[in-house]
Order: sequence, then C-alpha cells, then structure tokens
Amino acid sequence: MPKYQTEPLKCWKKAKELRDKYYLDYATAHERGGLRWTGGAWAFDAIPAGLGDDVYPITGEPYAAGIAFNKPFSLRCLEEAESKGWARDLCAYMRNYWGSMYLDEYNTGGKYPKPDFAFQDHICCSHAKWYQHVAEYKNIPYFCIDISVGPYKDLNEDRLMFVVNQMHESIEFLEKTTGRTYDDEKLIEAVKNDCRLTSVWAEICALNRNIPAPLDEKTMYSLYVFGTLQKAKKEFADFYEELRDEVQDRVDRGIAAIANERCRLMSDTQPPWGFLKVFRYLEGYGALSVGSLYSFGLIGIWEDKPDGTWGPRTTPMDKGIPIDTRDQALRILADWNLSKPEFQHFYDAGLKTKMMLRIVKEWKLDGVMLHMNRGCEGLSCGISENRLGIAEAGVPVMTFEGNMGDEREFDEIKTRDRMDTFMETLGLERSES
Amino acid sequence: MITAGMDLGSKFIKIVILKDGEIIARVKMLSGFEQEVTANDAMKEACEQAGIESDAIDRIVATGVGRSIAPFAHNKLTEVGAAARGAIARLPETRTVIDVGAEEGRAILITPEGKVRDFAINEKCAAGSGTFTETMARALELELAEFGQLSLKSDKVIPMNAQCAVFAESEVVSLLHAKTPKHDIARAVHDAIASRIVSMARRVSVEKEVLLVGGMAYNVGFVASMKRTLEMEIHVADEPDYVPAEGAAWTAYDKASAI
Ligand code: SF4
Repeated sequence: MPKYQTEPLKCWKKAKELRDKYYLDYATAHERGGLRWTGGAWAFDAIPAGLGDDVYPITGEPYAAGIAFNKPFSLRCLEEAESKGWARDLCAYMRNYWGSMYLDEYNTGGKYPKPDFAFQDHICCSHAKWYQHVAEYKNIPYFCIDISVGPYKDLNEDRLMFVVNQMHESIEFLEKTTGRTYDDEKLIEAVKNDCRLTSVWAEICALNRNIPAPLDEKTMYSLYVFGTLQKAKKEFADFYEELRDEVQDRVDRGIAAIANERCRLMSDTQPPWGFLKVFRYLEGYGALSVGSLYSFGLIGIWEDKPDGTWGPRTTPMDKGIPIDTRDQALRILADWNLSKPEFQHFYDAGLKTKMMLRIVKEWKLDGVMLHMNRGCEGLSCGISENRLGIAEAGVPVMTFEGNMGDEREFDEIKTRDRMDTFMETLGLERSES
Repeated sequence: MITAGMDLGSKFIKIVILKDGEIIARVKMLSGFEQEVTANDAMKEACEQAGIESDAIDRIVATGVGRSIAPFAHNKLTEVGAAARGAIARLPETRTVIDVGAEEGRAILITPEGKVRDFAINEKCAAGSGTFTETMARALELELAEFGQLSLKSDKVIPMNAQCAVFAESEVVSLLHAKTPKHDIARAVHDAIASRIVSMARRVSVEKEVLLVGGMAYNVGFVASMKRTLEMEIHVADEPDYVPAEGAAWTAYDKASAI
C-alpha cells in the first residue's frame, strides 16, 4: 500500500548529459588540441588538471561498469581478455577495460581512444598492474603513486610525505611527458573542487538518513559516478551542490524514493551492474537499499561530527586553511583522499565493520545485503569477516554471490531466491501487484 | 482443520497433508519435466491417501525451487523458511538445521519459535549437494545406497582437494588408477562434502541441537562424515526429505489458525 509521495529527480537529465559529455570530451580531446589520460577512479585527478583545461581523463572502473551494463559488448570484451591468456578471476573491471582496448572499440561507439599517458595510484593489487599493462600495450608513459600508508587513523608526517613527495615527482613526470608548463593555480582550483565535491556527496548521502529515504541506492549509483569520473572537475562539484539542494528539497517535502518504504537496507561492494533490476525486485517487498559504505565512502569524505554522527568532512576552505602553494595543495590532496572511508578496510576489515554498523545505526536500517563479489578482490577483501561482525552485532545480514562486471558469474534467479528468503526472515511479504 | 504443504524440489515433489496438526498423508513423486502436471498428480494421490477431496483442504503452502508454479497454493514459502518450520515440528529443541538436498545445501539458525535467525546457502556449485554424491557414486559404478554404506568400512583420511564436481570426478578416477580401495574413495567423497557443508554452517555458527534434514540425510556415509567433521552429535530426521514439505504444511496450519 503506497504511503509516500514519489517523483523523479529533476536533475536526472543533466546528470545524463554531463556523463555523455565526459566520454565524448575524452574521445574528441585531440580534435581540440587537448590531451587524454587514463587511470583509476581513485587516481589523484587534481594533479593532471594542472596541465590545462583541455586535459581529459577516462577512469577505468566507471568505464568498465558501463561496459558491464552493455552485456553483449561486455561478453566480447571478457572473452577477448581471456583469449589473451588473462585468468577469469582477475578484476572484472580490468578485464572489461582491457577487452575494449584489445578490440579497439569504445563503449559509446567508435575506436578505443588511445590515451596520451596513464596516471594512477594503487592500493589494490590490480590498480597498478591494470594501467602498467595499458601503458605497455599502447606504448604510452605511465606514472603510479603508491598510497600504501594507511589506515588514516595512523597517518603521520612521514607517511603523508611518502605520498606527497611522489605527487611532486608526478608533476615533473607530467611536464616532461607532455612538454607543457604546469600551472599551480589550476592545481589549487582542482584540489578545492575535489574537496568540495567529495564533501557534498557525503552531505547528500547523509540526507538519506531521513524516513522515507529521498534516494534509493540504485539511483545513487547513477549519481555517485561523477566522483569516480573526475572528482576535481568544477562542473561536477557544481552539479553535486545542485543535487544536494534538490535532495534537501525532497526531504523537506517528504518525497520518497519508493512509495511503499517499510524496510531499509544497505548493500556492500559494487552491485552486479548488468542486473540492477534485483534492486527493483526488492521494492515488491517495500524494501530499498538506502546506500552502502561503497556508495557513501568510495567518493564521500566523512568525519565525526560533535554530536557523534557521521557527516561530511569540513573542507579546508571552510576551515580557513590556506591553499596557496603547490606543496600546500598536494598535502591537502593527499590527506583528504587518504581519509576516504573505502580505503581503510584494505588495512583492517574491522574498521569496515565498524563503519558499516555505524551506517546501520545512524541510517536506521533493518538489514544488510552483502555482495560476495568475485569480480573485485579489493572491495571483497575481508567481507566474510564483515558479515560475521554484522551478524554478531545482531543485525540481519544476507549474502549473495556474483560479479560486478562478469555476468557469467551471476545467477539472477538464485539471487532473487536468496532475497525472498531474507525478506521472509524479516517478516515481509511480497505484494503480488 | 486440514492443511497441506507442497515441496517442489528439483528432483522430487513431496506433499504432506495435516489434519488438526497430525500427518494424514505423505506422497513423493519424481518431478519430471512437467512439474505442474506431477504436482497435480501428487496432490491427487495425497488426497486419496488422506481420504479427502482436494477442496477440503483449508490452506496450501508451497515451497521448493518450483514453488512459483505450484498449482493450488495459497502462499509461498522459501526453502529456508520451510526447513526451519519443519525442523521445529520434528524436534522443538532444534537450533541449527542443516538441509542438504539434490541441488543445494543450507544451514539455518533458528529461534525456539522456528523463526530464522541467520542462514547460509551453498552458492553456484554442486559440491555441497546430493547431485555431487550421485556423480561420484556413478564414477565408482556404485548405487547411491551402496556408496554410503561402503564408506563406513574406511578408516582412512584421504583429502580431496577439488572443489567442483568436474574436477572431483577426475580426482576420483586418479584415485582408482592408484588402486585406492573404493571404500576409502567413498569416504573421501563424503568427507569432502561434509567439510564444505560444515564450513558453510560455521559461517552462521552451529548451535545445539543440530538436525540434519534433506535427501542427503538418508546417506549413512555422509551422516558419519558430518558427525566427524562437526565433532558433535547431530540428530538425523526420519524420512528427512519430507521435512520442508511438513514445514510448509505447518506454516499453512499456522496461517489458517491465525485467521
Ligand atoms: S578495487 Fe576491485 S575494482 Fe578496483 S582495481 Fe581492485 S579489484 Fe578491480
């Protein structure tokens, strides 16, 4: 029985336009005398921004997630990667991306646009190797920053400088590789955008504490993506402010993501991108996922607020911390990104469990659905420990196996069956409408 | 009050009819390709056995992999919910149900009321199921019952490393070529399945009393391996594959009584 009013997001169209433009800008950069680079969603994209406004990235994870959504192309990409001898249990994003590169096909049409250089950082094993291979295959220069200095709670000056010094070196690399003169003003602007975008995203996620939730996670997936495409881009940071205002307005007017909300869940790790409809299936029970550590904390940067809740980290600009020099900008960029929640569990699964339980409590959730994701060794690392920690805390939890980017490893029927069982244990019945 | 539970499993369809909480009929038929037709036939036979007309049944609950196509069912229940309710009806002290059928293995933690507290199900893999055992018995050219019995003769521990039915079969063939006695291989297979099921069960934790249900509980070799691996006593349900159908019938009873 519908209880809440719903309406589509007004900024949906703009989100789609921005995303389409991002991929087009990358593909056509050379036509405008610009540069193209590739790297991961975790890369410090604010740094190449100092090369000029005509430098366009393509980040591998969202690009590969887009391929996974395009099932026939994804299958060809995966098979192409396998035909080159890569094992099927490697990162599914990496295999989709490589497949597109080998096939010389771009997901949105045309040829795979060769990047001018690769720029990456690495925390999971695949991060570094992914673009090393791209660089070797495409014969392009490559720079990778080692960020293995976590967790953030143990960060000290030496650890921070380990990253900052590499960032300084990376700027020398970029100048040498591109022949361009580096512009520190553009770097400073980009760092400010990065802080602004990631803090505002956390603010948007925090609004989902409200009952009814103004956003469901399936929708959030289409929106959080900007933080994975280019965190330091002004247009994207501006868009998130617009989105935040719209979500706040939904909260003020009691607009819900789903009309029959009666069960609030969180998920974990990337979803099986080719099967987002399983989230719609849950709606038949009045259940929705209001987010996850993944959708909140891969992009959002958070801090403890004085009232004990988790909220958007106060930006250096709001704190009045000066960002006037290259060194100041790089120090802030490093410190800010190393505090990313999703980064912490690479060091200690217990930290992730704590954050997940915090979300359960503060977002008033009824249960947790964990995707045992065979496609991502990085985010799946420790997930069984997380499951145990959540169950021991008395929170209902279910798991389902799958793969975020390889549909051959996802069983939709069995997953639905698993969801039926979980809903049944929560005392929910499916409306047959 | 008359209620019925139907379990539309991948291999068998089972029907149980209760009259005022007493079982008055129990029928099992091979599912075949046309489950709906078999379900109708099974229901007809169950009604004959019970000496009732089908419209005398107040409520029918369906469970099992084919529950969505169940004819006549008023409600559907997942396999986990059915096994839990059936287990509590059989042995009220049950807190952990281990249900191993043809296709899947499940471990379910339950409350004293038969509500599910936590559950785990083996994933896209036959290695923790009855199908796996059948494949291995075939590789040894043994009947299933014989395969279970034979394994009791072994006191050797031979680890089987393969996690998947295809590789395990080739491991069995290698053991045969190495002239390993069949009873030792049979035990190795049962130990391997038990180890997978127990590790899954430990994910949700194993609390006493433990009731083993599902078709695999007929296999004495598997039961022995389970006891060894769990290092505790377990209860084995009589006619263990009827427990989910009974659970469905009891759920129908609960629902009908609540009206
Ligand atoms: S974290 Fe996961 S998705 Fe990212 S590179 Fe590592 S394995 Fe791939």
